[in-house]
Amino acid sequence: MGMSGSKSRGSGSSGDKKKRGSVVDTATTGLSLKFKIPSDFKHQHEVQNAILDEVIRRGFNSQSTFAIKLALEEAMINAVKHGNKLNPKKSVLIEAKISPTVAEIVIEDEGPGFDRKSVPDPTAEENLEKCSGRGILLMEAYMNSVKWTNGGRRVKMVKKNEADEHPR
Amino acid sequence: MPESIPTVALTTEKDVRIVEFTNSKILDEANIADIGNTLGSLIDEKAAPKLLLDFATVEHLSSAALGMLINVNNRIKQKNGQLRLANIKPQIFEVFVITKLNKLFRILPNRAEALASFNQM
Repeated sequence: MGMSGSKSRGSGSSGDKKKRGSVVDTATTGLSLKFKIPSDFKHQHEVQNAILDEVIRRGFNSQSTFAIKLALEEAMINAVKHGNKLNPKKSVLIEAKISPTVAEIVIEDEGPGFDRKSVPDPTAEENLEKCSGRGILLMEAYMNSVKWTNGGRRVKMVKKNEADEHPR
Repeated sequence: MPESIPTVALTTEKDVRIVEFTNSKILDEANIADIGNTLGSLIDEKAAPKLLLDFATVEHLSSAALGMLINVNNRIKQKNGQLRLANIKPQIFEVFVITKLNKLFRILPNRAEALASFNQM
């Protein structure tokens, strides 16, 4: 068990060009992945792929994996693009704890933050043709819980690995 | 021009341009911009463009991809054109339902029905 994955991102590995994430294996409680990345799409996708690899390795079903993939993309875009405005001097912190039954993902940016209540409902008739504003809706629909703290700079999302559940 | 773009495959059936996504995830920012540009040039081709987007290969998308599709829809409407979406997998269709975009787009089960629907207007 434990670090049975064949990935080269183990803590002792020197294979990675630059070590940006750290992996802490806590065996029974689940794996904790931590990253601090600059605000760009390349690093964003590296982190997403690392977390999704772990979600799949931990045996999440396809529905839960789909949900996490979608919500993670939206939350990461929010942090990198809308929060940090792609400013390379600003970092995004990511921590993902993944056990076989539940995934907890925390993402924090260094942007101005935002107020969840001030985001208009994108499903309202008058907003249906607007090109943006659906990320938060999708995160909330697909995850079991989504909570913002630190003035909207920090989001914690939880997804249980349950069979045949449907997003609300 | 179109053959140099790897994110979509283009075919034409009568006056309908059929666009098939060749990448299973229209999710990546660069990908989305690329697809948006390609669709934009197809819209510019004709006075009342008819576009059919075939989602058969699409396994994933994001709000950014939805934004791009809405933009395409708005531009086609401005030119009195018609847009149809077809072959959307159930998991992807659910995203359209959650966002209520299934009300905005004309979504048909398959390519044949989508093609037939162009003549009904």
